Amino acid sequence: MTLQLLLFLILALVAIASALGMLISRNAIYSALFLVMNFMTIAIFFLLLDAPFIAVAQVSVYTGAIMVLFLFVIMLLGAERAAGQTQAIQWQRPLAVALAVILLLEAVYILLGQRGVTPLVTGPLPQGFGSPASVGTNLFSNYLLPFEITSVLLLVAMIGAIVLTKSEKK
Amino acid sequence: MLPINYYLGLAIILFIIGSLGVLIRRNAIVIFMSIELMLNAANLAFVAYARYWQAMRGQIFVFFIMTVAAAEVAIGLALIVTIFRTKDSIDVDQINTLKG
Repeated sequence: MTLQLLLFLILALVAIASALGMLISRNAIYSALFLVMNFMTIAIFFLLLDAPFIAVAQVSVYTGAIMVLFLFVIMLLGAERAAGQTQAIQWQRPLAVALAVILLLEAVYILLGQRGVTPLVTGPLPQGFGSPASVGTNLFSNYLLPFEITSVLLLVAMIGAIVLTKSEKK
Repeated sequence: MLPINYYLGLAIILFIIGSLGVLIRRNAIVIFMSIELMLNAANLAFVAYARYWQAMRGQIFVFFIMTVAAAEVAIGLALIVTIFRTKDSIDVDQINTLKG
C-alpha cells in the first residue's frame, strides 16, 4: 500500500509539473511536448486503476494521434511564438488566477470534508475487469447505438476538416 | 486501491490548470491543448470511479470521450488553419472582426 502511495505521489507531481509547464511555456512546441508527458503519466494512472485497455488507447490515441496532429499544425503554421504578450483586457489574468484559487479551495474543502472514503465495493475485482475483451463485449452489446453514433461523428469530423481546409475556387 | 479522494484531487488540479490555460493564454493552439488537458482530467475521474464501483461503465465513457476529443481536435485545428490563412495570426485577441 505504501509503495502504491509513493508511486502515486511521484506520478502526481510529474503530472502537475508537466501541466504547469504546458501552461507557462512561451513556445507552443514545448507546450505540446509537456502535454505529451502529462498524457503518459495519466496513462500510468489508468494502469494503476485496473484499466489496461484505456491506458493503451490513451497512449495510442492521445499521445500518438492527437498530439502529433497538434505538432504538425504548429510546425505547418510556424506559429511557435505567434501570440504576443499584450492583453486586450488588462484585468483578465489576475481575475483568472483568483477564480482558479477559489475553485481549488472549494475542491480542497469538499474533498477533505469526506476524509477516509474507503472503496464502496470491496473484495476482488470481477474476472477480466478493464480487459480489451470486457470493453469490447460492452461496446458491442450494451453500448452498440452510441458506438455507431460515434462512427457517424468521426465521419462528420473527417468531412468537416476536408471542407474547411479546402482552398476556395476562384 | 488508494482512496478515491487522491485521484479526484489530482483530476481537479489538472482541470483547474486547464481552465487557467484557456483563460490566460492568447495562442489559439495552446488554448486547444488546455481543453485537451481538461478532457483528460475528466477521463481520470471517470476511470477512478469505474474502479471504485467496480463497474465497466466509466471506462466505456472514457472511450467515447476520447473519440469525441479526436473529432474535436480535427475540426478545431482545421478552423485554426483557416483562420491563420485569412488573418495571418492565431492570437485570439486579433480575431475581433465581428466586434461592434
